[in-house]
Amino acid sequence: MTITLTRRGLIRAAAIGGGAALLSGCDRIVQNPMARAFFERAEDLTMAAQRSLLDREALAREYSESEIIQPQRPNGSISPRDPDYRTMAANGFADWRLSVTGLVERPQSLSLDELRTMPARTQITRHDCVEGWSCIAKWTGVPLAAVLDEAGVKAGGSYVIFRCADTLGREKYYESIDMIDARHPQTILAYGLNDETLPISNGAPLRVRVERQLGYKMAKYVMGIEVVGSFAPIRGGKGGYWEDRGYEWYAGI
Amino acid sequence: MPEPAEPQTEIVYRHRWTTRIWHWLNAFCLFFLLASGLQIFNAHPALYLGSQSNFSDSLISMTAMRTGDGSLRGVTEIGSMDFDTTGFLGASREGSGALVARGFPAWATIPSYRDLATGRVVHFFFAWVLVASGLAYVCVSLFNGHFRRDLIPRRGELRTVPRAIGDHLRFRFGREAHYNILQKLSYLVVILGLIPTMVATGLAMSPGMDAALPWLLDIFGGRQSARTLHFMTMSLLVLFFVVHIVMVLAAGPINEMRAIITGRYRVRHEANEEIS
Repeated sequence: MTITLTRRGLIRAAAIGGGAALLSGCDRIVQNPMARAFFERAEDLTMAAQRSLLDREALAREYSESEIIQPQRPNGSISPRDPDYRTMAANGFADWRLSVTGLVERPQSLSLDELRTMPARTQITRHDCVEGWSCIAKWTGVPLAAVLDEAGVKAGGSYVIFRCADTLGREKYYESIDMIDARHPQTILAYGLNDETLPISNGAPLRVRVERQLGYKMAKYVMGIEVVGSFAPIRGGKGGYWEDRGYEWYAGI
Repeated sequence: MPEPAEPQTEIVYRHRWTTRIWHWLNAFCLFFLLASGLQIFNAHPALYLGSQSNFSDSLISMTAMRTGDGSLRGVTEIGSMDFDTTGFLGASREGSGALVARGFPAWATIPSYRDLATGRVVHFFFAWVLVASGLAYVCVSLFNGHFRRDLIPRRGELRTVPRAIGDHLRFRFGREAHYNILQKLSYLVVILGLIPTMVATGLAMSPGMDAALPWLLDIFGGRQSARTLHFMTMSLLVLFFVVHIVMVLAAGPINEMRAIITGRYRVRHEANEEIS
């Protein structure tokens, strides 16, 4: 009873300032799990709408050399402190291997040199960060589709999970995309940036480019690719580090 | 016996239910879109021109600087000019009372605290509601003649613009059933200009839409220009809102509110107008 009265008193106190009440009211609305779940349904609509408009192969715009005006802005992890990563970086990533596992016929373990001898794609594209900024840079790498074909995706393999070497907050970064984006011609595993070896701040030795989505989908410091049928059992179940923290899985907007 | 020049009033049905519903849906959506949009803006409170963000050459930026005595100062930069906007833009007080670095202040954003993910979820939800209700309204209004009868200026009506401006500046409003020419023009600008521009510049910021409809980038001069235009058009909508509210208050808030809630509006026939 006392608690109820106190709470009521608090609410009344908050209501004194009209603006403050409106504000806390709005905060309460967006914190309400049912309201939040309802608002989040719009993401399905966005994805369905974009996928129906978007040709599977439709390319993100590619720019000219002259539009590269500044270094690619690093964001998120820019210098991982994970000891395993540090050791590999000190050795020029000679011991680094990309593992390809999960629902594949032939699991792979690929060195950087092996990836570099595969057919490469170079593209000058615009990186759009969820924060709002954009940056144009030239990316070189091997199409993810080629790596998936090497391994042979088994029936039921619907998503590609990227396991990363960096720890953000307290957890390892990870991401996921579906096969439409994984097999898109511009989806590459990049080892080169602006005609140089991909630097550590931008995800050395290997990062993903998913050009029709926002930056957080493009995992850096990739160690492993895992083909799965569903990402629900993985970590927070939402398909990525930021997704587990409330961001959309489909980041085409 | 000359008639006393007393105005005669009568109640007319002014707004259809579709117009009323759409008005309140818009008010609700635009409120949430504005506040969640400012939350999204706060994740990178700077605007640029062109395809990308030239980080050394922003059009507008809001930053927090540490002064010599260790306190925070909010600085808004427009072109090459700096303004101290501490307490409002760049740095403002949050719940705890401490000055923190943030573009727009806590009272202007949803949520009040920094939470880009929630801002985006709220923004895109209400964007869908705005687009769906807007399309429905335009279809209905074309069908039932609302545009033709109530919003498109009649032949010769544009000539009354100077007089209408004069009347509005002197806060002299006729209470007529039909919209005056300034109302018609401003509603048309909002319905056919500002809201579609908001939607199109919003879509031009989406990397998925840019791949599907590359001309979105070309009509606005690149993604960052589209983001800047999105912000500028938002400012015009806020300006419209402010003028709209002032006009409602000046023209008789009770009559206006009744009209937009129940549809019924008290009109006044000026006696001298009837004689002439």
